[in-house]
Amino acid sequence: VKIAVERAYGDAVEGEAVVSEEGFSPRYDLDRWSGTITKPGHKLEGTSLKDKICFFPTAKGGIAAGWAFYDIKWKKIAPKAFVFGVTNPVMVQGAVFAGITITEGWAPHPRGLIETGDWVRVDPAGKLVEVLRRRQ
Amino acid sequence: VELQPEERAILGGERGEAARRALEYQVKVGEFWGAKRFVPVTNAHMMGDIEVMGDGGLQWLKDTAALGARCAVGTTTNARCFDFAHCEELGQDAGEAAKERELIACLRRMDVVTTDTCINYQTVYQPHLGEHVAWGDTGTVIYANSVFGARSNFESGPAALAAAITGRTPEYGFHLDAHRRGSFTVELQATLDDLADWGALGKLVGEPHQSYFSVPVFHGYRRSPAADELKHLGAALASYGSMGMFHFVGVTPEAPSLDAALGGRSPAERIVITDADIERAYAGYRLGDGDARLVVFSGPQQSLFEMKQLAALFDGRKVKAGSRCFATTNGAVLAQARALGYAGTLEAAGVTLLEGVCFYILQNLSPMRVANGWTNLVSNSAKIVNIIGAHRFNTILRRTRDCVDIACTGVLK
Repeated sequence: VKIAVERAYGDAVEGEAVVSEEGFSPRYDLDRWSGTITKPGHKLEGTSLKDKICFFPTAKGGIAAGWAFYDIKWKKIAPKAFVFGVTNPVMVQGAVFAGITITEGWAPHPRGLIETGDWVRVDPAGKLVEVLRRRQ
Repeated sequence: VELQPEERAILGGERGEAARRALEYQVKVGEFWGAKRFVPVTNAHMMGDIEVMGDGGLQWLKDTAALGARCAVGTTTNARCFDFAHCEELGQDAGEAAKERELIACLRRMDVVTTDTCINYQTVYQPHLGEHVAWGDTGTVIYANSVFGARSNFESGPAALAAAITGRTPEYGFHLDAHRRGSFTVELQATLDDLADWGALGKLVGEPHQSYFSVPVFHGYRRSPAADELKHLGAALASYGSMGMFHFVGVTPEAPSLDAALGGRSPAERIVITDADIERAYAGYRLGDGDARLVVFSGPQQSLFEMKQLAALFDGRKVKAGSRCFATTNGAVLAQARALGYAGTLEAAGVTLLEGVCFYILQNLSPMRVANGWTNLVSNSAKIVNIIGAHRFNTILRRTRDCVDIACTGVLK
């Protein structure tokens, strides 16, 4: 499975996918001390994002998210990459500042093609996301 | 990104290592968004406090200051997480407070004017039509773009500081005409007489249209809205909809008419908002266990006129024993509110006035909630009831007068 992304920044990385149906804010949804989604009712509540390749349809949240990525990277609990359907400037500014790979725009939509637990590779230079192997 | 000679000189280190690093970072962000060039900015407004930055951010800031970083344009700070006068009473962490003081000193060394306000647009700096600025938080950006006709993207702390140091920002998003045209229309049949009504309007319009590049065009309103009303509308649109701009026909400078606001496009959708819609928004809040012991006027900070109104509503009344009521504002407004007697009236009523902070980013807020046994948070700010959920409050939006009644009676309606 290969998915083309529109915009991308960062190093090529590979890791375990976490695929969300819900948008993401590192401020509203994430416990910035454990790296786990803790917002009550979030579809990924209880899921750790540490070292994961995170697929989110949208970005949520305000300006404070810009420092949050650097904070979680400093604490060594950051994801390896964010793959967004639609994002906003703060997410991009934050990810670039923290040195976390980030992409926006996908074709086709990863729904049904990539599942949580699959091992995926994000290649910003090639503007490509691909599944290397399926969840065991 | 096409660089001008001055920008190439910065990348060559002519303005020092801090400026070189800042521009290098901005080039990467600009490339992501397909920016073709940089635009000079006249003003920057940045979020930077220990709660949002953490130890890593503080270390980075110290390193950057040590490299000799200096702001090239007027730069102010957003609301922060400590009012040092109330730190102990609120049970905040003394160690974190010490870091916050260190952080503030660091910013001042870099020539940042630590105003600690999210209402810079009401009290500090009002950019003109077409002026490029680099602002955050989101409420400041949407006000700048919409009400002043200035041009800014949401600039997070590191991005706003980079713009402050280099004096420029990559030209993408709301710096470009193409993104400033209205995308859908909202006819206002609703009365909208309380600030909370304007926030509820922002929620109703923002929530179903979550997109940074979605620009609503309001029209048909019966009177000219006041600055505080537009402030609550903008803050809610930005919060619920992640929006950075709106038009208001006959009110905002790029909307002399509906057609002009839409820039020749036909609207993707036409919405009508009535009083019944606003009432439905209020009715949608769950009252949880009925706890009515926490009422907050914050997010955005209170303007002088909001302080005046609160003082009139609290005059001669008392916050109910066992309840807490907080109002946050900036140092300038608080000084005037003291001189004018509003602060005295509010404090006599038992309202805690916090300076230079926003309630939602207070350091130690979650433990504070637990220690006080608060479950509900009542506010007239649609923004704060939206964003404070991660601290596990059940939040309830109510009109200003109702919030005051709830604070004084302890009865939630």
